[in-house]
Amino acid sequence: MANKNSEAFKQPLWVNNPVLVQILGICSALAVTAQLKPAIVMGLSVTVIVAMSNVIISLLRNTIPNRIRIIIQLVVVAALVTIVSEILKAFAYDVSVQLSVYVGLIITNCILMGRLEAFAMQNGPWASFLDGIGNGLGYAVILVVVAFVRELFGSGTLFGFQVIPQCFYEAGYLNNGLMIMPPMALILAGCIIWYHRAKNKDLQEN
Amino acid sequence: MATKKFKCKVCGYVHEGDKAPEQCPMCQAPQSEFEEIVEEGAAPAKKGLNTNSNVYTIVYAAIMVVIVAFLLVFVSQTLKDRQTANVINDTKQQILSALNMRDLPDVAGTYAEVIKNDALMQPNGKLAEYEGDFNTSYKSEFDKGNLHIFVAEVNGERKFVIPMNGLGLWGTIWGYIALNEDRNTVYGVYFSHSSETPGLGGEIAGTKFQDRFPGKLVVNGEEVGLKVVKYGKADKGSQFEVDGVTGATITSTGVNTMINKVLSAYIPFLTKQCCKEGGCEEGEECCDENSND
Repeated sequence: MANKNSEAFKQPLWVNNPVLVQILGICSALAVTAQLKPAIVMGLSVTVIVAMSNVIISLLRNTIPNRIRIIIQLVVVAALVTIVSEILKAFAYDVSVQLSVYVGLIITNCILMGRLEAFAMQNGPWASFLDGIGNGLGYAVILVVVAFVRELFGSGTLFGFQVIPQCFYEAGYLNNGLMIMPPMALILAGCIIWYHRAKNKDLQEN
Repeated sequence: MATKKFKCKVCGYVHEGDKAPEQCPMCQAPQSEFEEIVEEGAAPAKKGLNTNSNVYTIVYAAIMVVIVAFLLVFVSQTLKDRQTANVINDTKQQILSALNMRDLPDVAGTYAEVIKNDALMQPNGKLAEYEGDFNTSYKSEFDKGNLHIFVAEVNGERKFVIPMNGLGLWGTIWGYIALNEDRNTVYGVYFSHSSETPGLGGEIAGTKFQDRFPGKLVVNGEEVGLKVVKYGKADKGSQFEVDGVTGATITSTGVNTMINKVLSAYIPFLTKQCCKEGGCEEGEECCDENSND
């Protein structure tokens, strides 16, 4: 049993990564990865929300009527996100301003619904919690990698600090404008998936 | 327990048998995607209540909605005061940011010290005291015709801060513009946005863009001359043109439209119209400055 729990946590980090294997949550990955900071904020908030909603749904799983289970899941997620954002507004206003754009994106993130439906509905609270943390972090890792490349080559900064020295620009170096455009997020995600598939041969489709 | 159940993690297909199939018949996922369903305590749901019945479903939905609604109301009510206080504090910080005082430790204290007056502009450009509570939505105030002007004093010099509102690419944008005593030279600006793209339109909230404004002039004759133009197109010698943000033409245009629309309404104040009309007996807000400019 302990083994299964640790699998629930470890699998989604790389081998069964929600973004790379199930191609979930791509839409928000486009929106927030132009810079590192929003990518990290988004990654962490998704992690927290997936873990919490996974636990709640897992506790309710035996009582939820089958025919309206998706709606129930959605209500739980939406309520949770709203409450968290209200609490942040009251106690950590700066963070909530940062997050305001992403609240809607979190609710509609396919990873949440995917994990609730595929995992929390069949497993106990503790396993579901680990699964949520694992999937959230797996998602966050991809966001951070993509955002790192996009911010570094697109703006020459990391976390808003200038990284590429001024003398490069004087020597004719230019920031790559394509990097901050949304399509670049897809291309980078595609490159990561390529690498991932090359390493995990059993995932390759024929 | 003759058969075991295996579930496809990709599509949710459930296979019954002794081992997982080579390939998922629904989504072609490989065998490794299947996991065995271990039924803990075998079907605990069937303990009297039929969770598939209509009555159960409806009652469940109703109870769920009521619980969630109460929870949300409770949270919202208990936190309301703190939230309002935060919003007021944040608005004050934004006003002070236009005066180049960013990231202050004690916003309320500095605000009380620096901002001398929260005034409304009269049709002839004179200022009148604003009577209400501190406002946090200057869009609705602008729409109502209440044209706020904050009179501030920085290092002994008088500054005027005007709140602005407009539309960016994805949502609203807003800002504050601080003018020197001549009501023409920009002292500082602050812009923010609700949902512009980070790294593109979102850059209007950064100091890199905002630092292009100080020293520019606002009024050109009887019109608003201050303009945000496409990045790189600003005439170097121009006192009115400011470069926009690279790759964010629509947001930059939004800033331009906002400045133009809002400040146009303030023209009587900016051009000291009441002095020209000569109706300024009590005029200490209007004509006491060096009126030779």
